[in-house]
Amino acid sequence: MPADGGIGAATPRREDVRFLTGDGNYTDDINVRGQAYVHFLRSDVAHGTLDKIDTQAAAAMPGVLRIFTGADFEGVGGIPCGWQVTDKHGEPMQEPAHPVLAQGKVRHVGDPIAAVVAETAAEARDAAEAIEVEISDLPAVTDMKAALEDGAPKVHDDLSSNLCFDWGFVEENKAAVDAAIESAAHVTTLELVNQRLVANPMEPRVAVGDYSRAGDEHTLYTTSQNPHVIRLLMGAFVLGIPEHKLKVVAPDVGGGFGSKIYHYAEEAFVTFAAKALNRPVKWTSSRSEAFLSDAQGRDHVTKIELALDADNNFTAIRTETYANMGAYLSTFAPCVPTYLHGTLMAGNYKTPNIYVNVKAVFTNTVPVDAYRGAGRPEATFQLERVIDKAARELGVDPIALRRQNFVTEFPYATPVAVEYDTGDYTATMDKLEEIADLAGFEARRKESEKKGLLRGLGVNCYIEACGIAPSALVGALGARAGLYDAATVRVNATGSISVMVGAHSHGQGHETAFPQVVAEMLGIDAAQIDIVHGDTSKIPFGMGTYGSRSLAVCGSAMVKATEKIIAKARKIAAHLMEAAEADIEFKDGQFTVAGTDKSVAWGDVTLAAYVPHNYPLDEIEPGLEETAFYDPANFTYPAGAYACEVELDPETGKVTVARFAAADDFGNIINPMIVDGQVHGGIAQGIGQALLEHCVYDENGQLLTGSYMDYAMPRADDLPFYSVDHSCQTPCTHNPLGVKGCGEAGAIGSPPAVINAVVDALQSGGHNVTHIDMPASPARVWQAMQG
Amino acid sequence: MSQVSMTVNGKPASGEIEGRTLLVDFLRETLGLTGTHVGCDTSQCGACVVHVDGRDVKACAVFAAECDGAEVVTIEGMAAPDGTLSAVQQAFQDHHGLQCGFCTPGMVMSAAALLDQNPNPSEAEIRDYLEGNICRCTGYHNIVKAILAASGQDVSKIAAE
Repeated sequence: MPADGGIGAATPRREDVRFLTGDGNYTDDINVRGQAYVHFLRSDVAHGTLDKIDTQAAAAMPGVLRIFTGADFEGVGGIPCGWQVTDKHGEPMQEPAHPVLAQGKVRHVGDPIAAVVAETAAEARDAAEAIEVEISDLPAVTDMKAALEDGAPKVHDDLSSNLCFDWGFVEENKAAVDAAIESAAHVTTLELVNQRLVANPMEPRVAVGDYSRAGDEHTLYTTSQNPHVIRLLMGAFVLGIPEHKLKVVAPDVGGGFGSKIYHYAEEAFVTFAAKALNRPVKWTSSRSEAFLSDAQGRDHVTKIELALDADNNFTAIRTETYANMGAYLSTFAPCVPTYLHGTLMAGNYKTPNIYVNVKAVFTNTVPVDAYRGAGRPEATFQLERVIDKAARELGVDPIALRRQNFVTEFPYATPVAVEYDTGDYTATMDKLEEIADLAGFEARRKESEKKGLLRGLGVNCYIEACGIAPSALVGALGARAGLYDAATVRVNATGSISVMVGAHSHGQGHETAFPQVVAEMLGIDAAQIDIVHGDTSKIPFGMGTYGSRSLAVCGSAMVKATEKIIAKARKIAAHLMEAAEADIEFKDGQFTVAGTDKSVAWGDVTLAAYVPHNYPLDEIEPGLEETAFYDPANFTYPAGAYACEVELDPETGKVTVARFAAADDFGNIINPMIVDGQVHGGIAQGIGQALLEHCVYDENGQLLTGSYMDYAMPRADDLPFYSVDHSCQTPCTHNPLGVKGCGEAGAIGSPPAVINAVVDALQSGGHNVTHIDMPASPARVWQAMQG
Repeated sequence: MSQVSMTVNGKPASGEIEGRTLLVDFLRETLGLTGTHVGCDTSQCGACVVHVDGRDVKACAVFAAECDGAEVVTIEGMAAPDGTLSAVQQAFQDHHGLQCGFCTPGMVMSAAALLDQNPNPSEAEIRDYLEGNICRCTGYHNIVKAILAASGQDVSKIAAE
């Protein structure tokens, strides 16, 4: 291993020093000379006809440069959707137009109506308040089932209804599933809500558009998880700018959790306006604006049925889910409740018959898209809750019921179209029982009871599909993009290396972990290697970071490119030592002729590549730089088992997480410290969903939770220390690193553990509560105890 | 517009401001000290915490004009002049107390203020003190651990990292 950390080392993060000293370079820290500022006037009603926009008085306000409305964007493309779902009848989903600025109607609170560009941000804001807007209110729909009733107000007048699609998966399974449920010894049914959440990365979105008239060149600085995706979507579908005239830069980005994947109207606006005004234009979202304009997450209403035979083997699962799309289709919205959700309904269990139905619905709310886990938390929550409920109904131990039904042989083809390559669910459950000290639970429960508190234990498993791929498969499923990634390894003359990657780091520590891989492969110090990311003019075309894909997909591309480097370097070394290439051994940064003491160092070879005085120019080119694109053969399937213990105060209904343990199988691990951190953060978001967070609209479509005063973010005093372990490792079989991805596991695996624990606590207190919807707030828990 | 003068990270700083200019905007926009961040607009998230006359203050909740004559320290003033990190900063790196880094300046400034007041805080005291600093990445585990470590306490017994 390299002295400063190769694969498996808990190397401290090199990016930390700039973040700890105020030297980060976030998008709002970027100020382009001469920039103007835009403020968006947003709809304060959820649904209405835009009758009049009078900008005359506002345009005369100090500092105002120009006011844009929807009329300025006629003939300009709308915000595109990147995934087309085909419904159960073989018809394409209904896909409404999504203008950059509202045209004719407003469809959710926060829909942008006008954009004021002024010399200062304060002047733009002041002028926006002077715009006179007349809107005729229309009835709004926020409830999905109400939105599908005959005569419901239509969010989009040109669509036949508010139904985006009615999807069956796998439609051919349906008859067998119905029959299996009909003939089952026991069927457990559960109706539940997976509530709407807001991703809330701590850095609000920012976009700066710049334009050079001389070269007709555009630059967009934006808070994105995937700058090439933004360049493609905005350039090709919205503004008609060819790639070589459009640079997208996503510098340090302060968290994303999915919400910064998508192409947003504000990005297109600043790019458009910078050219129209021939001035840089900057937009910085306030947090209030973020609540009204960042794509939100989850928002499913589900009925799940689990059928078991007389020996408690799972025989069938049938689900019906309503998935809220909001008012427009965000970039990947249609794939979240379908291919990221239906494909995971087998979980860790060998259930032979599964059918998933999803009705995606338009409502007068902020668009919904992927949020950490994206479809997989929704699948896991249903499945792991219904299994717990079944165990109670049958009077069996919930852990034993899970163990009995585990998939134990791999590869395993599920009835929902995916094939798990590897896993060991018994091992992670064993590990969980150890690290969570489940044997000591009853003693801890007695201690809690002495304090007048109820204590509950919740255990569950999860599986996820990460590194979303292969391109041919996702294309067949409706993706309008490939899902490969790319890396360029540029070796410099003195042996130092820049690796340009398509993945984007916004908290994941790529700048530290990726060099560990290359350093290990080359046997040189990681300090000699830097990662370049986030700038389309510097990096190869990659698809960015989401879905726990960076190391599994982009890391694999980096390995492939490094392998090409090594292959070429061996040829150079062979030439330098006048030996046959087949005799060259490469270890610890030294090329040696096998069986001799002849060797040349890494730096000798790299120098020769760039100063090719003694060089096999008739065989190979000078220089040492290679690019690889990598398109995975399959998803990866991280899995694990989680345990939560809660204390519940029966006087108030307040639930406190007393202990939390997670045993994960992520395959091979590059940097265990970073992996631990990813799991911690995911768990906190999952506990947040289970106990605190809830994005609420009233019946008129007004957002009631539009700030941190109303939307309960998890804080330090809401959470315990976590016990996490990833020593169970079944390496992925189809990528060169054997890695599976760890970014979302915590958020996927933790909500059912918490709710299972809450139900257990209530039952221990003699309350016949079989389910409680999230968030299990004191009010809800107290109410449940009264029933 | 009016003139405001203060000492920021030990150096005199002044500028023309509007009455409504917040301290955080003065630091970021006028002085170019972009280490102090704005994460919300309701004084909840704590990404903008700085020290004013020795006290930790949310810079989004103070007018720049109120700080006329004050001693202000921002995240840029926490490391030694040669770049050596302060004990709190170093502990955050050693214990992976940050991921995206956006809340980090406020976390470091709050943690430093806590340790000034209470050099040996308990886990519960740390969690309570950080109630006004939101982090979305770390789940707080490694932040709390880093602050315990920065105070010289043994963190080796804390549940697996």
